[in-house]
Amino acid sequence: MTRAFAPGLTTALTAVALAGFTGAAAAGPGPDEDQLVINGEIEIVTEAEAPAHMEYVDTVYSGWRFRSDETQAVQMDDFDNPAMIWVENAMEDWETVEGAAGESCASCHGDVEELRGVRAVYPKWNEEAGEVRTLEMQINDCRETRMEAEPWKYSGGDMINMTALIASVSRGMPVNVAIDGPAQSTWEQGQELYYTRFGQLELSCANCHEDNYGMMIRADHLSQGQINGFPTYRLKNTKLNSVHARFRGCIRDTRAHTFAEGSPEFVALELYVASRGNGLSVEGPSVRN
Amino acid sequence: MARILAGAAAVCLAAGVAGAEIVAPVDVNFVDGAVETSLTGAPGDPASGREIMNKGSGNCIACHAVTDLQEFAFHGEIGPPLDGAGERWSEAELRGIVANAKIMFDGTMMPSFYKTEGFIRPGNAYSGKPAEGDLEPLLTAQQVEDVVAYLMTLTDY
Ligand code: HEC
Ligand code: HEC
Repeated sequence: MTRAFAPGLTTALTAVALAGFTGAAAAGPGPDEDQLVINGEIEIVTEAEAPAHMEYVDTVYSGWRFRSDETQAVQMDDFDNPAMIWVENAMEDWETVEGAAGESCASCHGDVEELRGVRAVYPKWNEEAGEVRTLEMQINDCRETRMEAEPWKYSGGDMINMTALIASVSRGMPVNVAIDGPAQSTWEQGQELYYTRFGQLELSCANCHEDNYGMMIRADHLSQGQINGFPTYRLKNTKLNSVHARFRGCIRDTRAHTFAEGSPEFVALELYVASRGNGLSVEGPSVRN
Repeated sequence: MARILAGAAAVCLAAGVAGAEIVAPVDVNFVDGAVETSLTGAPGDPASGREIMNKGSGNCIACHAVTDLQEFAFHGEIGPPLDGAGERWSEAELRGIVANAKIMFDGTMMPSFYKTEGFIRPGNAYSGKPAEGDLEPLLTAQQVEDVVAYLMTLTDY
């Protein structure tokens, strides 16, 4: 049971990369210098000047920059990226009529390319609902109100595939979530959660992802915990992982009682964490270990 | 006289076994971050402490590198390497650091291994569910003493 600090448990790939440990006080390797271009054409910004609201970090990096060369390579070509199978499945759902209204996603939105840019600005304030909504919440609102279909489970297979499809058409665009105006109080709630030291281990997101990114925590190479690459295909569990599932895993690993997926706390935290990546490219569905 | 002493020793031994001598987490007396007296009233076992460094709720090398523990893979870089810790710190200081490092190092990331109260949303181990009933400290009094005894052996840099 060395689960305490192994949210990302070791994969064979990281094991190979780290086998050279000597026991000496190695300086944190930090992010590497690699550049991400997907399919030889979609240029991904994996390093950017930190948004003005960030006090303690000068430069933000995609999690891709902290992964081994082998893991990085899997994301560089859609033929190699296992997540693309589910993107194709979601294409079918996109066109499938479901629910009492006789509508499909396509009947309202046309080609999925029409949603280019959407992923980059979510979570987003919804004026009518008077709340900040994640992409998952918006998808379910479309299903329930416009299609009169059953909502999908928050991190269920259909849902996560659809978020992967919608992210994929925004790849390369800069994340740009709004944090002011009506979203501000939600953003502030998220910020507070980010700095709260949860659980019996009393660890905050900031302890690992702000104060110690680039460092090894046991076998894991800590990134900044950015969400520009979500959903992520993880070699560890060989499936797509949602933002809220990842938050849940990280909080669980502090020996804390987590929040539920789709809870107001996680919506707020998602808005805040997304805003820490403003300026990085949307790169989901990404590949991580 | 000898008889009385022997009798007293026997009582102590029995009490030790029954756990009566153990200082509870809420009763630990910190002075400048250090804890003078053993939490069990007995010396720790460095061999057991050495194992705790690598596993379970100890897992100290998740954050610290230790040359003496090179047979275990993946030492972390979050805290300082512990080589020479037994040279830099007194036994009482090490006991304080392991029991509750936040008293010695204000705001440190190092978890408090002998503490049972004051957590935000404590969970039931790593289940993500709420804790039920009273929390156990991450390490028992005996385990804290074992780890301290091990750290005292780390006198080389
Ligand atoms: C005990 C350390 C620890 C804490 C505390 C922690 N994380 Fe993580 N987190 C990790 C590790 C290890 C990984 C996997 C390697 C990496 O990407 O950093 C990870 C990964 C992530 C990722 C995936 C990044 C990617 O590129 O795919 C996100 C997002 C994330 N964490 C967010 C959070 C948030 C939000 C919190 C607080 C609610 C948090 N983490 C708390 C250790 C931690
Ligand atoms: C989550 C990370 C983490 C874990 C786990 C952890 N420590 Fe620490 N430890 C730290 C940090 C960070 C410091 C530096 C103190 C500070 O914050 O200034 C530290 C400091 C120390 C020191 C003093 C270092 C010195 O200057 O010699 C000792 C001794 C120590 N830790 C022992 C342990 C032992 C023993 C365990 C396990 C029972 C442990 N630590 C587990 C993070 C950790």
